Amino acid sequence: MGIISSSIARKVAMALSGLFLVLFLGQHFTINLTSTFSPETFNEISHFMGTNFLVQAILQPVLIFGVIFHFVMGFILEIRNRSARKINYVRYDGNANSTWVSRNMIYSGVAILAFLGLHFYDFWFPEIVHKYIESNPADATRYYGELVEKFESPVRTGLYVLAFVFLALHLFHGFASSFQSVGFNNKYATALKKFAKFYAIAIPAGFVFIALFHHFNH
Amino acid sequence: MKLTLKIWRQENAKTKGAMKTYQIDGIDGDMSFLEMLDVLNEDLINKGEIPVEFDHDCREGICGSCSLQINGEPHGPDRLVTTCQLHMRKFNDGDTIVIEPFRATAFPVVTDLIVDRSSFDRIQQAGGYISVNTSGNTVDANAIPIKKENADDAFYAATCIGCGACVAACKNASAMLFTSAKVSQFALLPQGEIEATERVENMVRQMDLEGFGNCTNTGACEIECPKGISLENIARMNREYLSAVSKG
Repeated sequence: MGIISSSIARKVAMALSGLFLVLFLGQHFTINLTSTFSPETFNEISHFMGTNFLVQAILQPVLIFGVIFHFVMGFILEIRNRSARKINYVRYDGNANSTWVSRNMIYSGVAILAFLGLHFYDFWFPEIVHKYIESNPADATRYYGELVEKFESPVRTGLYVLAFVFLALHLFHGFASSFQSVGFNNKYATALKKFAKFYAIAIPAGFVFIALFHHFNH
Repeated sequence: MKLTLKIWRQENAKTKGAMKTYQIDGIDGDMSFLEMLDVLNEDLINKGEIPVEFDHDCREGICGSCSLQINGEPHGPDRLVTTCQLHMRKFNDGDTIVIEPFRATAFPVVTDLIVDRSSFDRIQQAGGYISVNTSGNTVDANAIPIKKENADDAFYAATCIGCGACVAACKNASAMLFTSAKVSQFALLPQGEIEATERVENMVRQMDLEGFGNCTNTGACEIECPKGISLENIARMNREYLSAVSKG
């Protein structure tokens, strides 16, 4: 039996890939936030991220692998967990002993996956086409304009805000519980879990702010 | 107290079960839940009907025999009690109570409210023991100095009665709390160190083979456990497992 086939190994793998994605979110948020006060800085960082060899050839594939791994493993775990109770209860009072978000990670996860489809359609695919298919010359000033243009639509802005709500729900349980999964449970765990809960609200709220900022300012 | 009971009835493991409704009267608030079921069964026997089968033994909350999912919660709405310790005063006159067997693929229904929990026995047999020479030269356990905190935590883990409420409560029917309690009670003591690697690997392997689900840290098991077994045990088991795997 391979390591990834055991329930604990899967749990740890989910936690570690989730922690990696949480770190990425913090970095993504920091860069996006610069767009609200300095279009030049935002353009500069975006250009660096879009052209740097290390970012493009190593970090980006690792990130995509991390995202795919997290989703695939999530679905595998969900299927396994459903088969562990083939006959459901007539009455099941989940609210008596656990939070809604902790029991419905699959639904918040699927909502985030759907959002990623939209996000890739909006930014990642046009970027790949621009750089590698149309082979346009490098333009370090285009990123801010492309960002602002996307948030003109109230429907798209609304969808982004909704997705960030699901992201907050997902992180609220996922981030804090990842420490438990990797076996981290000592005197620092309580403070770390509080930080995780704060992060789970603050980062998505920050993304909501950025989306609304560009929608209402342009 | 007059109650409406909706109870899962199933003749045997091969037949299909269904919920059946019963009316019951004259229930005293000081009765235990199982005594209430005894009253129902007396009624059924007097009417020539087949009584409702349910597990029970000590009726003192220490044997782990009684089970029952009551109104959507294992061992009912009270905390830190087993079904035999649940009093009818927790319910009101005119209430409808839904009573089901613990549901998990690894806990197949035997009949009515009785489920086969031998999967827990097999997890225990896979490593929930220490090898002690009992041929007459056994060393007194108290002769080995043990840190107070470790002794306490090992004791608390050992209070798990293996009732299966953790599995019943978990949305994934995971047996992590049970298995982690059985791993922890030895992992914390010097007597358990020798077989630590094999123990956690074998018990987790058996847990997976039995078809229990994966833990997603909802914490339902800890809340519903009649003995208050802590989630810290699961974190400890995860550490023990990672340590065992890294040793190869």
